[in-house]
Amino acid sequence: MRIDELHIVLAEDDKDDRLFFKNAFKGLKIDNRLTVCEDGMALMDYLNDAEPLPHILFLDLNMPGKHGLECLKELRANDRFTDLSIAIYTSLKSPGLAEDTLLAGANIFIRKPNDPEDLKKILQEVVYINWQYITDGLNKEHFMLNY
Amino acid sequence: MNINFRYNIEQVCRVILHEKISALNIDYRITNSGSVYFPHNICAHKFQELKQELSNYGIEVITDQKSILVQKIKGLITSMLTPDSTMPLVKISSFLSDSLNENYRSISQAFTDICHMSIESFIILRKTELVKQLLLNENLSLTEISHRLQYSSVAHLSNQFKNSTGLSPSTFQKIATGKRKAKMLN
Repeated sequence: MRIDELHIVLAEDDKDDRLFFKNAFKGLKIDNRLTVCEDGMALMDYLNDAEPLPHILFLDLNMPGKHGLECLKELRANDRFTDLSIAIYTSLKSPGLAEDTLLAGANIFIRKPNDPEDLKKILQEVVYINWQYITDGLNKEHFMLNY
Repeated sequence: MNINFRYNIEQVCRVILHEKISALNIDYRITNSGSVYFPHNICAHKFQELKQELSNYGIEVITDQKSILVQKIKGLITSMLTPDSTMPLVKISSFLSDSLNENYRSISQAFTDICHMSIESFIILRKTELVKQLLLNENLSLTEISHRLQYSSVAHLSNQFKNSTGLSPSTFQKIATGKRKAKMLN
């Protein structure tokens, strides 16, 4: 499949983190468009009306109002979002969290590394791998990455 | 009820090409993955119609040389990586440059320009997908899979899987089975 522009959605309540993500995606070699939602409620409102759907969502776990995990479960319970890749990221270090979120239907789990350069590299790699899944029509049911 | 299917994308696309082109009454021959030879010129009208028909299936006509080369590279790699084929023992770089009659440097550069990852990363990605498929849909053991895909050992297979996904094959299997079970309960 050929797409002209990759559409990314970011759900993040922290202003500095939002800026960081924006800059990381600016460095991508794929034309892309970024939609930013500032909390979980805003995200769900946005996605429920979005047509066509974005290609990939970066979802912060710890957000006020609606928690990222709640958003994830709601999205995965709805067949409309089957093709949307979901990348969860968090600074939480609790063991088993990666497995739990992947089991709940996330495709990618990112535990924020200390070095921002590392995070930037991970974000770009995730987008490029996801790009392969889209362009080659690979089976997303088993698309799982753990960073 | 949930039923799992195994399908061969290459074959699916071939059948679609056959059906759609023969419906237009033009002579053609599908040569290799993604390439069709037409002995006679096709009128613009029919060509438009064909393009339209195929785009419904996500099949696009590609015109720029670099994309054509990359599609051929992907075709060759995919043809090696099917559940039933045995891997060639030759080095992948010479396999690709011999088959495409191009030097490996230009092949690899074109690939990275279009796909934003190296051929090597792409092969590992596709190989890992195949391992997942064999693990879940065919219920093969890691030992069987490592033989089938010509890994030097189970440890090599497990390490590559872990490096590429961040999960060990057994953790992956646990999560994937858990997901399927949850789906069936819904």
